[in-house]
Amino acid sequence: VATLSLPGSLVSCAGPASTLVPHGPAAERIATLAWILFAVGACVYVLVVGCLLYAVVRRRPGAEPDPGAERADGWGRLGVILGGVVLPVLVVPVLFLLSVRTQGQLAGEARPSLVVEVTAQQYWWSLRYRSADGEPVTTANELHVPVGRTVEIRLFSIDVIHSFWVPGLQGKLDAIPGKTNVTWIRAEREGTFPGQCAEYCGMQHALMRLQVVAQPGDEFVRWLAAQARPAAAPPDERARQGADVFLVHCARCHAIRGTPAFFGLGGPDLTHVASRRTLAAGTLPNVRSNLAGWIADPQALKPGNGMPRIPLGAGEFHAVLEYVGSLR
Amino acid sequence: MSAAPDPGPARRRAFEAIWHDPTGFLGTLRTIQNVPIARRYMVAAFAFFLGAGIQALLLRVQLFRPDNDFVGARTYNQLFTMHGTTMMFLFVIPFLEALAAFVLPLMLGTRDLPFPRMTALSFWTYVFGGLFLYASFLVGAVPDGGWFAYLPLTGPRYSPGLGIDFWDIGLSVAELAAMGAAAELIVGVLRMRAPGMSLARLPLFAWAMLVTGVMIIFAFTPLIVATAMLELDRKHLTRFFDPGAGGQPLLWQHLFWVFGHPEVYIMFVPAVGIVSQIVQTFARRPLVGHTLMVLALVATGFVSFGLWIHHMFTTGLQPLALAFFTAATMMIAVPNGVQVFGWLTTIAAGRPRWAPPLLFVAGFIAIFVAGGLTGVMLASVPFNWQAHDSHFVVGHFHYVLIGGVIFPMFAALYYWLPKITGRRLHDRLGRWNFWLMFVFFNVTFFPMHLAGLAGMPRRVYTYGESMGWAGYNAISTIGAFGFGAAVLLLVVNVVWSLKAGPPAGRDPWGGDTLEWSEASPPAEAQYAELPVVRSRHPGWQQTSLAAEDPDLARALAPLHVGPTEWRGGLVVSALEGRPLAIVHLPGPTLVPFVVSVGFVGLLSAALIDSPVLALVGGLVTTGGVVGWFWPRASEGRAIAELGETHSGRLPLAIAGPSANGWWATCVLLLVLGTALVTLVASYFYLGGAPVGGARPALSAPLVAAALLLSVSGAMAWTASTIGGGRVGRRRLALAGAAGLLVAFLALTLFAYRATGSPPHESAYGSIVLGLLGFQWLVAGLLLVMLGLAQLWAWLSPADPRGHAVLANASLVSHFTLGSWLVVAATLYLTPRLG
Repeated sequence: VATLSLPGSLVSCAGPASTLVPHGPAAERIATLAWILFAVGACVYVLVVGCLLYAVVRRRPGAEPDPGAERADGWGRLGVILGGVVLPVLVVPVLFLLSVRTQGQLAGEARPSLVVEVTAQQYWWSLRYRSADGEPVTTANELHVPVGRTVEIRLFSIDVIHSFWVPGLQGKLDAIPGKTNVTWIRAEREGTFPGQCAEYCGMQHALMRLQVVAQPGDEFVRWLAAQARPAAAPPDERARQGADVFLVHCARCHAIRGTPAFFGLGGPDLTHVASRRTLAAGTLPNVRSNLAGWIADPQALKPGNGMPRIPLGAGEFHAVLEYVGSLR
Repeated sequence: MSAAPDPGPARRRAFEAIWHDPTGFLGTLRTIQNVPIARRYMVAAFAFFLGAGIQALLLRVQLFRPDNDFVGARTYNQLFTMHGTTMMFLFVIPFLEALAAFVLPLMLGTRDLPFPRMTALSFWTYVFGGLFLYASFLVGAVPDGGWFAYLPLTGPRYSPGLGIDFWDIGLSVAELAAMGAAAELIVGVLRMRAPGMSLARLPLFAWAMLVTGVMIIFAFTPLIVATAMLELDRKHLTRFFDPGAGGQPLLWQHLFWVFGHPEVYIMFVPAVGIVSQIVQTFARRPLVGHTLMVLALVATGFVSFGLWIHHMFTTGLQPLALAFFTAATMMIAVPNGVQVFGWLTTIAAGRPRWAPPLLFVAGFIAIFVAGGLTGVMLASVPFNWQAHDSHFVVGHFHYVLIGGVIFPMFAALYYWLPKITGRRLHDRLGRWNFWLMFVFFNVTFFPMHLAGLAGMPRRVYTYGESMGWAGYNAISTIGAFGFGAAVLLLVVNVVWSLKAGPPAGRDPWGGDTLEWSEASPPAEAQYAELPVVRSRHPGWQQTSLAAEDPDLARALAPLHVGPTEWRGGLVVSALEGRPLAIVHLPGPTLVPFVVSVGFVGLLSAALIDSPVLALVGGLVTTGGVVGWFWPRASEGRAIAELGETHSGRLPLAIAGPSANGWWATCVLLLVLGTALVTLVASYFYLGGAPVGGARPALSAPLVAAALLLSVSGAMAWTASTIGGGRVGRRRLALAGAAGLLVAFLALTLFAYRATGSPPHESAYGSIVLGLLGFQWLVAGLLLVMLGLAQLWAWLSPADPRGHAVLANASLVSHFTLGSWLVVAATLYLTPRLG
């Protein structure tokens, strides 16, 4: 089994989504707390199992006494008090105070310079920014943030309960219908940090992923400006036909800003879908062959997701593929 | 060993005949004694355990490698739902209750549990509930909402099929079975013990089951209320959880975890009892700090009800509340610490013999302490934000539940199976069984902690190769198969034992508790001579179990290899274990089976909305209940034999506080009170009455309260006439109380219709109906009891069985009044919260 070949990386819990390899201050504070908890826990564990081993191997000279003989518990009762009462009463308040301190630090950190409204739904994330001139900018599943800036995440759900979790950056927080929850993230370095829904939300809970893309401030500004622009005009005749097909078959759910198909709300905003790295909330890399497969039969790739199989003629299919693929 | 004169073979034969269980197919359905029922119960629960284990293996195969397509999303979600539901509701609790049903009467030195028909009813209801849930596989509508069934996902909109209905309805049945068993445990431990067994001499296993019984009452009731709300929402009758109608999805989480967290301790507390008995027996000395251990058990029970929020740390609650629950959760380390160190010091101070039961106990300590420590970590709010709903939690709670419950359960099986079957198990095979389970358990579940820390969430049927979780999952899957094989070694061992195991004898381990003084397996007529207890460890410290005090021997004489015309047992005072009365125990009857068949009809009717099936089920259930309360000839014989009270002789316990039925009524009122508290709390959680609506007039509820006050007063007076004459006035008072009660029902129904908040339109309307519906249910129960008491008052006014109904109805009438005061105050007097 090839996957067993790297025990070192296994023990360190490494990996792109590790809670112990933090990429921002929130996850870092929690990771520090976690290491303290592990250390204290390990000490207590060694102590208790040491007592167990001592109880097993202890020498017991002399004849076996009558089990019913009256005898004092003596040092035994002292052991129960020391191990069972004194030990937890000493250790637990320390852990409690450390925990509350970290909780306070995480709450005090929230001074956002940017707000993103994240609306969770089966099984993808709608992300809404504000452009430089205050207009809403909607995208999906790829959360771009500027490095070193605190970003407030406002969480909504329009159907069932989901949970927003990017382990490398922050602990999770639920998105609950009828309730707005607020958290924050800050990435201290450039990179792409995977996250995903952490509350079981139905059949494709496993494929409700998202990515946080942390980029330098100026790059982020350019990205946001590009996302705020209306969709590019179809580059060729076939794409133009695709736009018409899109309007007939896809626009009820998917919006493309700056075109007649601007109104759909049920599915992800596709204005700049070709600029995104993945399809179907992190299910597939966004390359032309996957896009074709997805449009042809979304239920085969992610059974139970909200997008039905749309019966398209071969010409319609290629036209709409061309068009959607051009939406950079 | 008895000092009393031998009663002669004729009496002995008659005594054994009266306790003899019927045979044949019909006889099997009529059997209600604890020993045969407990055996079946254990086998059924173990079958569900193996089924849930196979589901777990399928889950592990699916996760064996990244992007696997072994079972796919839908099946995976169904499998983890059924795995969790089966383990929690159809295996652990039923198995522990079955074990207690077998062990407790033997350990307490009594002939049966207090309500043998309830034992049988619990068993059949449980089996049918479990089969009902598994019938979902046959129709292809397997529940897939998780064992926790969070709303709105499991509501009518997002889970339209029958799957969640199978889950919800099947679960309600299993819950009812657990509640029935809990009533048995509480009344059994408090009332049905050997003479002389004071609470100070009560073995820890009995203490544990007493605490468990009380916890089940307080924890399962909110769950029953919640599952009823869910089903009503799913039938579009109410909107408790619909955020579009003022409902609260989080209300479900609160109600579920108010049950769900104590549930963990409901499973763990019996394990504490089991482990304490085994440590004592195999360390060959009394437990160090016995009193501390009892206190720790009770404290665990209490504290476990204050921890539920730690399942909801990520729902965005107030930071201060979160910190409070961190502290409460961490403090449970104290009672658990006392228990662990109590066992450790006992083993250290004793002369341990490392037979399989003690090996499993040692493994339990090594695993459970690790699970407890990760539990303390999870109580830390910031750490929980990362670890919650990740595989870290999956690892954690399998350490707690397999380490803390399954290992003690296996220890218990190795300990008590010789008593159950009469044959020893294979010692060497038992050691292999332990070591393989211990090793493969850790291989399976330790890597899950690491996978969770590496960011792997729970309940995902697939994951990408790039996430770096493949290694952990591959190891876990391999370990799971090893663990499964190790578990099967127990089955092999049991089969070997049944075929070739040497006879166990009465006392294979040199135990200190009473069950080791009886034959293995116990005779149908167990404890023909009642044991008398003069020590906490009668097996070690008493040379004889016979009554030494001549007065006591005289008092117990009717129970000495007797009675022979009916099944009789002893009731003792709760604190000192002083003999109080003789109790009549019912003989074989088909009634529990019939009632549970009726239940299944009713539930299937609720599943498929079939009025015909509902009618049939209702008729069968009603027929069964009538049969239940129909006067029994054997009870008549008991009354004829012992009904007249003589000084110096134990009375027959039929009516009032000496009767087990009266205590069962108290337990029922405890259940109803808990349900009422749950509903009132839900009312406030949903925000109370909407602002702006017209406040209804107070006249109707006040008149209604006056009506119930009169009912309660009339019943108090009627109950006080028991034993005297005045039969005519008693009939009149009963009829008057019934009339007032009907007036109450009519008035409140009328007032409700005037409020104009239909339950299917808003959460407020739903909870108003919930509170009033509860009140009507209680009043309806009282009405039935009044009818029954009236029947007795006309047909046989001097019969103590009629008095029993009267005394119990009187209790219920007081509760009805109190409950209405709470309901009315909630609905009419509380401030508008909006």
